Amino acid sequence: MLAQVTDLIFSVTEEAFRREIRDWLARHVPSEPLPSMDTPDGFEAHRRWERHLYDARWAVVSWPAEYGGRGASLVEWLIFEEEYWRSGAPGRVSQNGIFLFAPAVFAYGTEEQKRRVLPPMAAGEEIWVQGWSEPEAGSDLAALRSRAVRDGRRGGWRLTGQKTWSSRGTYGHRMFGLFRTDARAERHHGLTYLMVDLAADGVTVRPIRQLGGEPGFAEVFLDDVFVPDADVLGEPGEGWRVAMSTTGDERGLSLRGPGRFLAAADRLVELYRRVSAGEEAGTDTPNAFRDAVVDAWMRAESYRLYTFRTVTRLGDGQRVGAQSSLNKVFWSELDLNLHATAQRLLGPWAETGGPWLDGYLFSLAGPIYAGTNEIQRNVIAERLLGLPKEPKGSNGEKGEKGEGR
Amino acid sequence: MRLAPTADEELFARTVRAVLERRCAPREVRAGFARGRWAELAEIGVTGLLVPEEHGGLGLGAGALVAVAEEAGRACAPEPVVEAAVAATLLARVDADGRAREWLRALAVGAAVPAVRLAGPGTAPVAHAAHANFVLVADGDTLYGRSAAEAYIHPAPGVDPGRGLAYVDMSMSPDGLLAVRQEQAVTRAARLGAIGAAADLLGAARAMLDLTVRHARQRHQFGRPIGSYQAVKHQLADVLSAVEFAHPVVLRAAYSHEHGRPSAGRDAAMAKVFASDAADLAARSCLQVHGAIGYTQECDLVLWLRRVWALSAAWGDAAHHRAAIAADLLGPAPAPPCP
Ligand SMILES: Cc1cc2nc3c(=O)[nH]c(=O)nc-3n(C[C@H](O)[C@H](O)[C@H](O)COP(=O)(O)OP(=O)(O)OC[C@H]3O[C@@H](n4cnc5c(N)ncnc54)[C@H](O)[C@@H]3O)c2cc1C
Repeated sequence: MLAQVTDLIFSVTEEAFRREIRDWLARHVPSEPLPSMDTPDGFEAHRRWERHLYDARWAVVSWPAEYGGRGASLVEWLIFEEEYWRSGAPGRVSQNGIFLFAPAVFAYGTEEQKRRVLPPMAAGEEIWVQGWSEPEAGSDLAALRSRAVRDGRRGGWRLTGQKTWSSRGTYGHRMFGLFRTDARAERHHGLTYLMVDLAADGVTVRPIRQLGGEPGFAEVFLDDVFVPDADVLGEPGEGWRVAMSTTGDERGLSLRGPGRFLAAADRLVELYRRVSAGEEAGTDTPNAFRDAVVDAWMRAESYRLYTFRTVTRLGDGQRVGAQSSLNKVFWSELDLNLHATAQRLLGPWAETGGPWLDGYLFSLAGPIYAGTNEIQRNVIAERLLGLPKEPKGSNGEKGEKGEGR
Repeated sequence: MRLAPTADEELFARTVRAVLERRCAPREVRAGFARGRWAELAEIGVTGLLVPEEHGGLGLGAGALVAVAEEAGRACAPEPVVEAAVAATLLARVDADGRAREWLRALAVGAAVPAVRLAGPGTAPVAHAAHANFVLVADGDTLYGRSAAEAYIHPAPGVDPGRGLAYVDMSMSPDGLLAVRQEQAVTRAARLGAIGAAADLLGAARAMLDLTVRHARQRHQFGRPIGSYQAVKHQLADVLSAVEFAHPVVLRAAYSHEHGRPSAGRDAAMAKVFASDAADLAARSCLQVHGAIGYTQECDLVLWLRRVWALSAAWGDAAHHRAAIAADLLGPAPAPPCP
């Protein structure tokens, strides 16, 4: 039997993988940051970057080679993330497709769907947006009302309703979402997981400006929009199960790996050094911030360690399940803490804008999207600690959400 | 890459847990240190965990200590499990000395109880000295040791009666005094103590959380279990989060320590910061969720509250270790991270 010793060393293959991606990034990451992906030019620039990644087979390292990946292990995936964010590479405009939708396609898609949907998604040709939230269905996703009625003649479904807060909806191409296909069923019954072409007849997209000023998400109105049977993921009526099957495992690890927070923590340490050397004129004495910087850095490190612990568990064949709610609360608060600390360090310069302010504004959304932290804490208390559920009737059962941005 | 307790460590922890479940129920914890229990812990190897095999111990390392200390914390065992490990590593360095060898052997068979203090003001009391057979105290880079029978020992008041705090004076005469200069070893041993205390604190935090979840499921107010209220749920969810995220930090610290990683000092400090903070949060939240019954000596919660109040500051409190981390991280040459 193999001795299962604790072993915090990357293997020779893993180290080689790290060197390869590091070298590639050093040669290819744009020297100037791209314009925001929530502007028309920035969106296209980010798509070109995704194409570049894809051509070098770096876009979706953990996917099988036949869909453009490298079949990378979880540890290699984490290494990729560390190197990617450390290098200052652009944000991932395709992320809600490759991280949130693709796992469901892998699990429930037909061969035809996988071949048709996955490569253009990975190449940045088709940007996917998530259509879960609705005006009356936020935390309570199962309250969604957008409906799909059967069109037997054409072999498909006709959609009517409204989705909202769809990240990248302003410029994106296709939407995956949940729709009510059985008018008599309630809550999470009678829902179907569908793929919707946002250029189809009957689709109207209204951009919504976010706190930072750009139309980062959108409202999507659907008026008798036809979706062919080929674009149903999983069985009709099984939408809830399809949607939920991948949220647990994917919520923490793939959408928000530790790499991006480690990179931000390192930049925070650098900022502290500059501020305390007097190069950036904050008002307060830098020493007052020392502990805050150390704490933020430590939290990023601990998220990394927790992730290695999770990867070890997965390797041992254990399931992660509701533990992903612990992840979600932790990374979102960590991110907020990192950026708030940077803003404090910058003192009077904080309001003048730049990457830290952008990052701070974005981090403020973390506790809201991907299932609010209040909902996650309910999940932690009920599923992990075994505390009693809230009485039904007052707010019914809650859907567990897993949106990203 | 593998970050988890080993199968051996888990098996060992289960054995320790079984013994403590049988021999260290809350009623017995209230009675304080028990020589009988110390002997029983010796039988399964706990007291000689880090004593080299040639002196009758198990010769294990920090990883094993973490597994065992967690169980000690969970059971709120009053015995100096962490101190035994720290004493063993120190004495193993000076095993040419007859007394050191004698103490090592006695530790391994449970015939001797150690008390150790490696940092802090020289006038401060030493934990477990009230029931110890020998005492080790570091002053700067010099380690002093004396058998308790030959030292002046006066019991000191302490928030946790189980800790057996006492003032120790061993300066009466050079006869019988072990005195060795070993700066590196003292630093390393203090690190091990911080890691062990961190594991102990996490075990205590988990025990408090279990106790409190049970209470929150049973206690009804306004016709519902109090655990169904979100204000209660969210507090306990945060305690679980603090404990779960601290645990890999402690495992990593043990690994860095055993493998002599450049970041070993920083990693141990981080383990103590996370564990102290998690246990402090657990103590506060669990008391709050218990309500008035938690504010009594009748409720068992008090046993762990006291342990945490004492231990969160022992082996360097969170502020002390944060400052050490800052010195490395924000200094000219931070240690490379592990892994
Ligand atoms: C930047 C950003 C990007 C997003 N991107 C997408 C996307 O691409 N696709 C998509 O479908 N959605 C997206 N969302 C929407 C997101 O999923 C929802 O905002 C989220 O599910 C919360 O729903 P809500 O905003 O309607 O808030 P509500 O559900 O109305 O909640 C408001 C407040 O009440 C609290 N609350 C609600 N119910 C409970 C309860 N039972 N117990 C305790 N507290 C409760 C919440 O925690 C929150 O604090 C995005 C959101 C943001 C901010």
